[in-house]
Amino acid sequence: MTTTNPYTPFLSEIKEVIKHTDIEYTFRMTFSGDAKPGQFFEVSLPKFGEAPISISGIAEDTVDLTIRRVGKVTDEIFENYVGDSLFLRGPYGNGFSIDNYIDKEIILIAGGTGLSPVKGIADYFSAHPKETKGFTLVAGFKSPNDVLFKADFEKWKKNLNVILTVDTPIDGYCGKSGMVTEYISSIPVKNIDDAIGIVVGPPMMMKCTIDELLKKGFKEANIWISQERKMCCGIGKCGHCKIDDTYICLDGPVFNYTKGKFLKD
Amino acid sequence: MGYQINKTKMNTLFTDLLENYTIYAPKRFVGGGTFADTDCIRYGEISTLEEIEFSEKSDYSFKEVLLPISETLFYFTEAVIKESDPPPKEAIVFLRSCDLHSLNRLDTIYLKNGPVDPYYKRLRDHTHFILMGCENTFENCFCVSMGTNLSTNYDAYIKVTAEDVLIDSHWNLLDQALANSQPFTVVPDSVSINKISVEIPESIPQSVFDSTLWDDYTTRCIACGRCNFVCPTCTCFTMQDLFYSDNGKAGERRRVWASCQVDGYTDVAGGHAFRENKGQRMRFKVMHKISDYKKRFDTQMCTGCGRCDDICPEYISFSNCINKVNALVKEENR
Repeated sequence: MTTTNPYTPFLSEIKEVIKHTDIEYTFRMTFSGDAKPGQFFEVSLPKFGEAPISISGIAEDTVDLTIRRVGKVTDEIFENYVGDSLFLRGPYGNGFSIDNYIDKEIILIAGGTGLSPVKGIADYFSAHPKETKGFTLVAGFKSPNDVLFKADFEKWKKNLNVILTVDTPIDGYCGKSGMVTEYISSIPVKNIDDAIGIVVGPPMMMKCTIDELLKKGFKEANIWISQERKMCCGIGKCGHCKIDDTYICLDGPVFNYTKGKFLKD
Repeated sequence: MGYQINKTKMNTLFTDLLENYTIYAPKRFVGGGTFADTDCIRYGEISTLEEIEFSEKSDYSFKEVLLPISETLFYFTEAVIKESDPPPKEAIVFLRSCDLHSLNRLDTIYLKNGPVDPYYKRLRDHTHFILMGCENTFENCFCVSMGTNLSTNYDAYIKVTAEDVLIDSHWNLLDQALANSQPFTVVPDSVSINKISVEIPESIPQSVFDSTLWDDYTTRCIACGRCNFVCPTCTCFTMQDLFYSDNGKAGERRRVWASCQVDGYTDVAGGHAFRENKGQRMRFKVMHKISDYKKRFDTQMCTGCGRCDDICPEYISFSNCINKVNALVKEENR
């Protein structure tokens, strides 16, 4: 049974740990198979359980998993990672296809940890700026203390138009503040019929952001979203991620808005 | 082939089968019911014909034979992961027509939706199904509406009469064992009419999702999940790891039954949950059973056994809800 058992995790070595905030770290894990932004792994420490974690970076022999210390499994990962390994299975889900966005104007809007599944898209166009006709990243976080991927923002600023905003500024913060939605209308777009919008974040943020994009004239078919759900198995069995006749783990988590708008919890 | 044999011979046959098979059938657990002085009828291992409860509907379905309530997938010892062993014997399961149709729903999820589930398959491939007839409908059944009242894909059909046992076998093993028995034409008992019938709309418009119909269940439903646990077509589970209290280095990964009606089903890390309102959970379940599953797999999911109505402590009726949805759709289409 071993060779065909999709539930069997494999051991992956932690190569590096990048601390973003007190509760959010990126774990750079050994993995040499194919992976796309927006796909996810089931990450586990045996005896503590599994949790679905999206891929926040892809390199030749590694994948980045940005983990927030908010659940039973992730608490345990934070306590036990030092010089160690984690168990993984995956990657699961469809992920974002970069091909759909090449040679287009792109507005990528992410809220909080919603930046993880789309970070690979920003990385790609930052490294290949000639393959886009204009790339704006709008990223929102609760407060300056919650900002993730600070080093990456510095890198992205060189080739991409980056708008980094926080809901609640604190003393000494001199960046932008306010909701991501406030910045959308002022982003210049030359060809609205062909412009791509990518939106990932908490449910209410996604809804308001999509409304803004549609108001700006974006076509529904040019808007892409990713849905966060409780994927217990990742392979269409456990039922937790089902919405209508859709299994987020098999058919998503990335959806074109023409399909995504019908997903009703 | 059909046969007529006496009960002693049937029990001898059971004894022979028990060498290589575990036989599961509905049994009466006296005093085990939900209310005082009531019995529970649920699945258990049997070794004689007399232990099988033929006269009443089982409170729980056969599904726990193929999907154990708690199933160990792996054992962990330090860094070593060992898959759990399959049961040593094959299985024989006694079940009614609605449940045999439900088997098809379980197969669809576990063998066809995404990759094959090896834990389900290893049980499924070694399980044989014996049909129990229904002379009359039971309370809350609506199998006729769901088209699940007749079955032909059984390994055998067994009926116990006052004197004898009638068998219709599709299984070589039984045909060989009964080779010297009296041939007999046996047609399975089945119902052609239930006291309850449902009408399911061909397509359900989006407006039904937003209807106030679901509000009726918001305070009535207590989110106990019993309807899911008795349902022969509910297949959800949650992964659960544990470690042994006297040796923290060893532990196991299990999957345990889950319910879309119970708190925590949709919780994602950080505490966000979807469908916190119980009326919306009812809508999610009903739509899955009579619409979503069909959109994806072309057959209705619900098989009309009515166990959810039998078990509900709040007397919520699923069949009644289906008919309410149908009335609403008719109203909208008018």
